[in-house]
Amino acid sequence: MNMEENNKDYLVIEAGKSEKNYFRDIWRYRELFYFLSWRDILVRYKQTVIGVAWSIIRPILTMVVFTIIFGKIANLPSENAPYAVLVFVALLPWQFFANALQESSNSLISNANMISKIYFPRIIMPVSSMIVALVDFFISFVLLAIIMIFYKFAPSWKIVFMPLFLFLAILVSAGAGLLISALNVRYRDFRYIVPFIIQFGLYVSPVGFSSDTIPGKWRLIYSINPMVGVIDGFRWSIIGKGVEFYMPGFIISIVLTIILFVVAIIYFRKTEKTFADRI
Amino acid sequence: MNTVIRVENLGKKYLISHQRSERYVALRDVITEGTKKIVKRMVRPGSALSQTKEEFWALRNVDFEIKEGDRVGIIGRNGAGKTTILKLLSRITEPSEGRIVIKGRIASLLEVGTGFHPELTGRENIFLNGAILGMSKSEIKRKFDEIVDFAEVEKFLDTPVKRYSSGMYVRLAFAVASHLEPEILIVDEVLAVGDAKFQKKSLDKMEDVSREGRTVLFVSHNMPAIESLCSRGILLDEGNVILDTDVNTVVRSYLEKAMTDYKKIDLERRVDRHGSGKIRVIGFRVLNDDNNEVKFLQSGKNYCFEIRYKNNAKKILKNVEVSFDIYDEKNSRVLLFRTNFTNDNLDLDSSDGKICCKVNNLPLANGIYHFSVFIVYEELEVLDYITEIAYITVDGGDFFGTGSLGLPSHCKVLHKAEWYAE
Repeated sequence: MNMEENNKDYLVIEAGKSEKNYFRDIWRYRELFYFLSWRDILVRYKQTVIGVAWSIIRPILTMVVFTIIFGKIANLPSENAPYAVLVFVALLPWQFFANALQESSNSLISNANMISKIYFPRIIMPVSSMIVALVDFFISFVLLAIIMIFYKFAPSWKIVFMPLFLFLAILVSAGAGLLISALNVRYRDFRYIVPFIIQFGLYVSPVGFSSDTIPGKWRLIYSINPMVGVIDGFRWSIIGKGVEFYMPGFIISIVLTIILFVVAIIYFRKTEKTFADRI
Repeated sequence: MNTVIRVENLGKKYLISHQRSERYVALRDVITEGTKKIVKRMVRPGSALSQTKEEFWALRNVDFEIKEGDRVGIIGRNGAGKTTILKLLSRITEPSEGRIVIKGRIASLLEVGTGFHPELTGRENIFLNGAILGMSKSEIKRKFDEIVDFAEVEKFLDTPVKRYSSGMYVRLAFAVASHLEPEILIVDEVLAVGDAKFQKKSLDKMEDVSREGRTVLFVSHNMPAIESLCSRGILLDEGNVILDTDVNTVVRSYLEKAMTDYKKIDLERRVDRHGSGKIRVIGFRVLNDDNNEVKFLQSGKNYCFEIRYKNNAKKILKNVEVSFDIYDEKNSRVLLFRTNFTNDNLDLDSSDGKICCKVNNLPLANGIYHFSVFIVYEELEVLDYITEIAYITVDGGDFFGTGSLGLPSHCKVLHKAEWYAE
C-alpha cells in the first residue's frame, strides 16, 4: 500500500507543481527530438524538388537584389570584399533566423494533434523544428563557398570563430521562437507578427549594408537588435580584413539575447502545461 | 499486490467563457475586452466583472487506486470525464487539484496514428509513430517485422501513407501502438477502427496484452469489449466516480442508468445540441399499437417513435426533412429513417406538435439502443440536432413469427429472407 514517494521510480503529478525532473525528462525524450527533426527534414526535402531548389534560389536572389540596390545604386561601402560576398555572409545568419523563427513559432499549432494526445516535454517541438533551418544554413554555407571561389576571395583565419556566432544566432532564434510559439497558443493572432518581424527585420538589420554605414553615435542603439551582433560577428569572422569589431554593440547584443532566451524559457515553462487545454 | 497508480482527490477545472464563439483567443480581443472592462469599472464601480467566465469541473473529488495487473474499464456517458482522467494520468494536461502517484513506465494511446505524416512512407511512419509513443529506436527495430506483419502492409512499406486506403492506414497505426510494452497501458476508444476482421484481431491483441499481467486502463463505449478485457470497472458521471467494482456489475449499472437517465433530463432544457432553434425537440416517447407508452420494445412489433417539438419560428415550416437514427451500445448507427428517402418531408405546424416515425415490424434484435433526431429546413438550415435523446431496450419478441429469436447476440438487425436450394 505504501508508496515511497521520494523514490525516483515514482512519478508524482500534482496541481500547480512544476516537474522536478524536467531536464531529465528532456534527456529521456531525446529520441523523439531526433525523430521530429528527422521528420521535418524528410518532409521538407521530399515534398518537392522545388523545396530543395527554393533553399538555394531564395538567398541567391536576395543577394543579387541587395547587391544591385545597396552596392551599385546606393553605392555603399563594401569593406574590402566584393559586395555580393558582404551581403551573402550576412544572409547566412539572417536566413537561419528567419526560417528558424517561422518554423518554431508555428510548430506547436501545426502539431496541435500531438500536443493534445501525447505527453512529451513541449519544448522539444519548437526546438526540433529549428533543425530544418540549420540544415538550410549549411546548404547556404556551401553556396557561400562557391560564391567566394567565384570572386577569388579567401576567408579570414578568424573563420574558426564563426561557430560561436552561429551559436549566438541559434540562441536568438530559440529565444524568439519559444516565446512566440507559446504566445501563439494563447493568442492566435501572434502568427501575424512573425512575417512582420521577418520582413521588417531584413531591412533594419545590417544585411544589405555594413553596420559601419550607421553613424557612430547611433551605433550603440542600433545594436539593441540582437541580430546586429550576430551579423557583424559573421562578417568579422569570415571577411576579416577591414571589418572592425564593435565590442560595446556586441556586448549589448549578447546581454539582450540572454535576457530574451531566459524570459522565453520561463514563459514557455510557465504556460506549457496548459497547451493541451488551449490548443 | 502493489499499488501502481494512486489518485487522490483529483480535479480538473476548465473555464468556459460565454461570450466567446471563436475557438481561440486573439490578443486583439483580449485587449478590447480588457479596455471595455476598465471603462465599465470606471463608469459603474462595483459591477460584476467575472460574469463572462464560468468554472466547469470536468472531474472532481476522484479517488482510486490501481494495483499491478489490474485491468480497469472506465465507463461513462459522453462528458462524464473519462478522457479527462486519461489525459491527466498521461500528463497531457495538468490537474487543477489533487495528486496522482504513478509507479512504472506508462504509455497512453488516446488515438491511433498520432503524428503520422501523410508524406512519409509506411516504414518512416512506423519509426516516427513509435518514437512518439515512447519506444526507443532499438525497440522499434526489434519489433519492426512483427508490426508490419500485424498490419498486413508489407507491399506498401515504401509508399507514402497518403496513398494508403483508410483501412490500411488505421491497421498500420494500430499495429505500431499495440506493440508498445509499457508496464501500464492507457487506451482510449481506439478499438473501433478498421473493418470487422481487424477489430477482432485488435481485440485479441489487447487480450494478449492483459493476459501478460500488464496493468491496463481502458475507456470504451463498447461494453462487450470492456467486459471481455477488463476485470474491474469504474463508472464516472459528471466528473465523479459513482461506482468502482467488478466489471460486470459496473457495465450493467451503466446501461440501466443510461436508460433511466433520459427520463430525468428534460429534452427541452438540454444544451448539447446544434441548429438554429426554430424547431426544438422537447419530448420523446415510444408508443405501441394501442397508443400506450412503452419502455421495453419487442422485435417484430409495430411502434410509433413520437417526437414532440416546439415551433419557435411561429409560422408553418414546409418541406422539413426529419432524420431519426438508431444507435447500438457501441455507438454505431444501425438504422436510419429519413423523410426524404421516401419523399415524405413534413410540413410543421406553426404551433407545437408531434412527429411520428412509425416503424412496423421492428427489425431490431435484443439490445440497448439510443436515438438521435436531426431536423433540416429546405435542405439548408439545421433546425435542431440532438443525440442520445433516449435509451431503450429491445427484449424478446417474435420477429419471424416462429418463436425463434434469431440469435440476437450475433446481430442487430433482423430481416426475413427466403431460402431455397436448387
